[in-house]
Amino acid sequence: MPGPSRAELLLALADDELILGWRNSEWTGIAPFLEEDVAFSSIAQNEIGHARALYELAARELGTDADTLAFDRSPEEYRSSPLVELRRLEWARTIVRHWLYETADAIRLEALKQSDDAEIAGIATKIDREEVYHRIHAEMWIDRLLASDDARPRLDEAIEELWPYALGVLDDDLRPELVRKVEEKLGRTMPDVEPVSRGQHEAELAELLEEMTMVRRSAPAGARW
Amino acid sequence: MPMVFEVFRRERPGAPMQHAGSIAAPDQRFAEIYAREQYGRRGESEALWLVPRGAIDELGEFVDEFDLKYRRVDGYSIKERLKEARQRAGTLES
Repeated sequence: MPGPSRAELLLALADDELILGWRNSEWTGIAPFLEEDVAFSSIAQNEIGHARALYELAARELGTDADTLAFDRSPEEYRSSPLVELRRLEWARTIVRHWLYETADAIRLEALKQSDDAEIAGIATKIDREEVYHRIHAEMWIDRLLASDDARPRLDEAIEELWPYALGVLDDDLRPELVRKVEEKLGRTMPDVEPVSRGQHEAELAELLEEMTMVRRSAPAGARW
Repeated sequence: MPMVFEVFRRERPGAPMQHAGSIAAPDQRFAEIYAREQYGRRGESEALWLVPRGAIDELGEFVDEFDLKYRRVDGYSIKERLKEARQRAGTLES
């Protein structure tokens, strides 16, 4: 079975970043405290910025443009992983999703940085330079919640719920590394579960796309902004 | 209780550190991330200083009852007097 094409690979990455950026931006204005609100919104913007760069690369290959790829596809055409599609407006789950995604994303980017395709390796390197700070942010939150008797059970519950989704962000060959990193941080063995893989979608994706493309669809075709 | 850090930023190497604002954070690790996101991610800073507000020794109430202006660095304007002196000496450049 052939692997995904170059454009499919780029779209999977771009869709993950766009959808997660969108989800994280749902906290803008309502995060637990002001400084976190600013930081988390800024992280969300970074993700959307990565998506734009990736869509531009994919668009060149597919003979279209970044906006068309980001906004004009039907839900089934998105290649995002179910983890990023979930609407979980609750802080413990948000932080756990953020941390699991960033951990998986780091593994994926590390592999892409070794790519023979100079453009892919280059964009992965560029993206990773910003992701470093997302990881520091995610890890400091996890450390803080792990150390709190009040937060720990809620954290564990969220990890249990999201773990199969986290595995689904990565291809088979990269999953053992995610298991290793997560087990190392949590100091326990993760259950052997069936991953919720890319290719299937959560019902929440369609709702998200509906909202995300509302303004664009309201304008006549070919409108310039 | 959040800690408050005063944030200073430097625009380019060699420039002075200037007060940028403050950050409230649960601890130093959070403060570093928040400062980076708020004062450093648009390329507006080349370096940041984070100073716990408690470490700042603030002095205030400077009295100047006798209006001793001449003791201030900017208290004395010699520009006019220099001009007069030059005029007298006939070396004033027009």
